[in-house]
Amino acid sequence: MTAQPRTIHAAAFDPVVARADFPILSREVYGKPLVYLDNAASAQKPKQVLDAMTQFATSEYANVHRGVHFLSAAATGRYEAARETVRKFLNAAHADEIVFTKGGTEAINLVANGYLAPRIEAGDEIVLSVMEHHSNFVPWHFLRERHGAVLKWADVADDGSLDADAVAAAIGPKTKLVALTHMSNVLGTVSPLHEIISLAHARGIPVLVDGCQGAVHEIVDVQDLNVDFYAITGHKLYGPTGIGALYGKRVLLKGMRPYNGGGEMIREVTRDLVTYADPPMRFEAGTPPIIESVGLAAAIDYLSSFDREAVAAHEHRMLARATAALEDLNWVRIVGTAPGKGAILSFETEGMHAHDLATILDREGVAVRAGHHCAQPLMERFGVASTTRASFALYNTLDEVDVLISALHKARKILG
Amino acid sequence: MDESLRELYQEVILDHSRHPRHFGALANANHVGEGHNPLCGDRVKVYLHVGDHDKIDDISFEGKGCAISQASASMMTDLVRGRTVAEAEKLMGGFLHLVKGEDASAIGPDDREHLDVMAGVQAFPMRVKCATLAWHTMRSALEGGASAKSE
Repeated sequence: MTAQPRTIHAAAFDPVVARADFPILSREVYGKPLVYLDNAASAQKPKQVLDAMTQFATSEYANVHRGVHFLSAAATGRYEAARETVRKFLNAAHADEIVFTKGGTEAINLVANGYLAPRIEAGDEIVLSVMEHHSNFVPWHFLRERHGAVLKWADVADDGSLDADAVAAAIGPKTKLVALTHMSNVLGTVSPLHEIISLAHARGIPVLVDGCQGAVHEIVDVQDLNVDFYAITGHKLYGPTGIGALYGKRVLLKGMRPYNGGGEMIREVTRDLVTYADPPMRFEAGTPPIIESVGLAAAIDYLSSFDREAVAAHEHRMLARATAALEDLNWVRIVGTAPGKGAILSFETEGMHAHDLATILDREGVAVRAGHHCAQPLMERFGVASTTRASFALYNTLDEVDVLISALHKARKILG
Repeated sequence: MDESLRELYQEVILDHSRHPRHFGALANANHVGEGHNPLCGDRVKVYLHVGDHDKIDDISFEGKGCAISQASASMMTDLVRGRTVAEAEKLMGGFLHLVKGEDASAIGPDDREHLDVMAGVQAFPMRVKCATLAWHTMRSALEGGASAKSE
């Protein structure tokens, strides 16, 4: 089951007003207005996020969970308040189910090392989809190399959609985990999570969802999904780099061994013995990204200040306009046309390599991604070496879609 | 149009990329190298036959990539064919300087005439690797391939 087409709330969200919150968007590159369409790689930051970080660093900053002094208490309060903000954003039942990490990649590595590695034996299987980003398959490759795990791949259909049956078919009696993206960073495909999670659970298999793209564009409710692990990253969510979070069901986190060792994650240390703190502290060794946690909370507050459905409707209008324009060009092939897909548009251009195209678009002020998008198995699946990708954020406009299209025509004139 | 783009995508470059010279495997190659740019996924394979007196009797390449990498590989095969290994290496040294906007005086005037079209890459630092991939691959073929492949 894929996401249904959106209801459009025409006046509920005004991207032009939102744009004013992002200082960088008013700059020019090569004398042209910046058209930033590389949001799936990283999103720009609103001044609300930057201001919150500066305000915190200039008035309340200290290390957390260790000092008895005023600032340490204040900083600890802000850090834990940020955890509560993430909890609410994902609708987790408990704040202690939110572990701060340095990003989505570390969140997934934490599950691979802390949860799965001690439970996996040679021949056990991990089910993945072919549209995973490198961060959601390299950690599993480690388990293949080091523990003899076997990776099983669920393929996508030619339009890029992922059928729950394909995941079901990849699951076997030795499957120990299903690890799956919420939204593909290349195809924009939204995975039918409810269906996949139910069928995995029916076989007693936990599911990890990589929400690095999904949490930006979809409303996430981890309890409703009944997902076991959900990874997010801050910098794609209009927040700072250096911070992400792992949601894990309390019972699973409690049964996990620590991944990094250091301060803050122990209960007691002697010369012969160490006992570990409860989650989430058990998994937050060392000084965490404190200022970044405040930035992440501000980013979530910022995003949540809008009607998310209206934001999604706006992103889908841009996607629809760009898709329609590209479909008119017989020298363009769109990769990924699954129904209900997110606002990510990858395409191949006949006679033009993605890097040449991206160079020309760049000189028009248009920032896109060109390459394999850290998803090489997927590129292989679609028989392309690289694609050009335009990915839309809440601050992009329909006019910017038109700039992209006219820049494409210009590139065609130069290279075609 | 942006002048630097016109510089970068000159007709000569587009022609080389659309109709690459010496494209395909070389049956009697005694040096083969493979190059890969993990950033964009481009791959190139360079074949050389080095004969008596270290002379590059023949050279070819295969691969898929952007216009810059294909044109650079194609021009390279044109230029080093018939040269000695030492001459090819000297030319490569000059070429690497040229695309970075550095002192490229190691390139003789005749070669410079051919290679000047590649100087447009200077204005595109992110694309220097595209231009140098084939040349680095030729070097690794000459170095690494020598012991493994020579007759």
